[in-house]
Amino acid sequence: MTAYLFLLVPLTFFVFVRFYPMISAFYMSFTDWNIISPVKNFVGFSNYVRIFKDSVFRISLLNTLKYVVLGVPSVIILSLGLALLLNNVTKGQSLYRLIYVMPYITPIVATSWVWRWMYQRPPTGVINNFLSFLGLPARSFLMSTTEALPSIVATTVWVEVGYCVIIFLAGLQNIPKEYLEAAKVDGANRRQLLFKITIPLLNPVIVFLSVMETIMFLRIFTQVYNMTDQGSGGPLNSTLPLVLYIYQKAFKSFDMGTAAAATVVLFLMILGITVLQLKVLNRRVQY
Amino acid sequence: MTRSDRIVKIVSYIVLTALTVVMVFPFFWMVLSSLKPFREIYRPYLFPKSPTLANYQKIMSASLFPRWFLNSLIVALSTTFSVLFFDSLVGYTIAKYSFPGRNIIFLFILSTLMIPTEMLIIPWYVMSSRLGWIDTYWGIMFPGMITAFGIFLMKQFMETIPDDLLDAARIDGVSEFGIFWRVALPLVKPALASLAILNFIGNWNAFLWPLIVSSKPRMYTLPVGLATFSSENLMHWELIMTGATVSTIPLIIVFLIFQKQIIRGIMLSGLKG
Repeated sequence: MTAYLFLLVPLTFFVFVRFYPMISAFYMSFTDWNIISPVKNFVGFSNYVRIFKDSVFRISLLNTLKYVVLGVPSVIILSLGLALLLNNVTKGQSLYRLIYVMPYITPIVATSWVWRWMYQRPPTGVINNFLSFLGLPARSFLMSTTEALPSIVATTVWVEVGYCVIIFLAGLQNIPKEYLEAAKVDGANRRQLLFKITIPLLNPVIVFLSVMETIMFLRIFTQVYNMTDQGSGGPLNSTLPLVLYIYQKAFKSFDMGTAAAATVVLFLMILGITVLQLKVLNRRVQY
Repeated sequence: MTRSDRIVKIVSYIVLTALTVVMVFPFFWMVLSSLKPFREIYRPYLFPKSPTLANYQKIMSASLFPRWFLNSLIVALSTTFSVLFFDSLVGYTIAKYSFPGRNIIFLFILSTLMIPTEMLIIPWYVMSSRLGWIDTYWGIMFPGMITAFGIFLMKQFMETIPDDLLDAARIDGVSEFGIFWRVALPLVKPALASLAILNFIGNWNAFLWPLIVSSKPRMYTLPVGLATFSSENLMHWELIMTGATVSTIPLIIVFLIFQKQIIRGIMLSGLKG
């Protein structure tokens, strides 16, 4: 009895703030509802047909894919490398770790504006000034349709690396020392230790972080909203991700049905990634 | 230590230190820019020639930044207290009571982790506008009052408490809630600290939902205020950087005080895998 009493408020919360809204979003995606009119007609899959015919939606989907493909490997490789280096040093390890995680805990809105300021054209942009100091040509960064998206990815990698370093480092320190010692006795060299022992044993962590980072890049919004002109995902939609498309559809054109359909697409992508993770982890957990 | 070990160590230190510069420079540049007067902000040198705090005075007196600061503080603190209480209560109940439906309830709560916030914001918005929650603190806070992740975390820690301890309290006549409040909670303080700090940071930094649910500038949180303020003052980078510094400094302070709890909290979040 006590148990049910304790769970009463939390369960009500999960039903009304998580479960019911999810059902409601699914339902909305099959209606032509906009928030102003009271009419809500059932329209079947026509919202889904409409978004996939909408070239802006297709661009946003493609951009989201680009964020994932550019971002996830960069974050994983960089943070794994840093964690391996950190594992070599004893003095100052926690200080380095502390510094690397700083971007991760600061508000993304603030860091986005700082990077936007650093990405300015010469002679105001500090990165361009540094490039010209090195004798390299100036870049347009956020002003260019080809460079804007990678620039946003670079900022996001800078934010995420610290988080992954911490988790990788914890994973590395969980590897039993005996495994490495035994391999050393057998005459394994440094490279063999890394690729034959350390990385395979770290595999579950690599999979976990890749999934977390993939989901994070699939949901990218705040950086793009703050680093592009008027939060538009410009120039010319070249940085527009899926969530910004949803935001514009729902809260700028109040086309709730279409926006809900786009959120269902996002949900299915995340679900797919999660199911894939479970499969991979279940298969490779034995060594 | 062999020679090659020593070389690896030295190279490691060099690379790690070089990356430290990359990680820190944006913060450094943010603060330096905030100390420059307007006439210096577009000049290509690092250090201000005549450093000034005038930008801070301007932000604090001629904008809504102090109000946004207060809003963020209220929102982040209230949600954190709610999360601590409810997440540990649910975690405790699921870990320490056996009752029909326990596993189903736990699975139901965990399964909500799969739903992306972006899918819920439209129904939340509809709900908030019907119930008059737009432009209220409650409207900003309600989606984060209880978290599935925190429940999962607290359940793990509550399971480590020996049942004998709880039974002893029961024999002494402590009420069921009293056992949770006075016996179980104090035993999981470290986990509570990590959960609290991660929640505080998450809510302080939250952007998408606060952006949608607040339409009046007076109800903006700091990130929403900073975003709006910045796009309205696009030429005044010294003010934008001041605003960014103001929104970042409380977090840096919290971070330096609670670094242990934060690092442990992040490690615990990796526990899910």
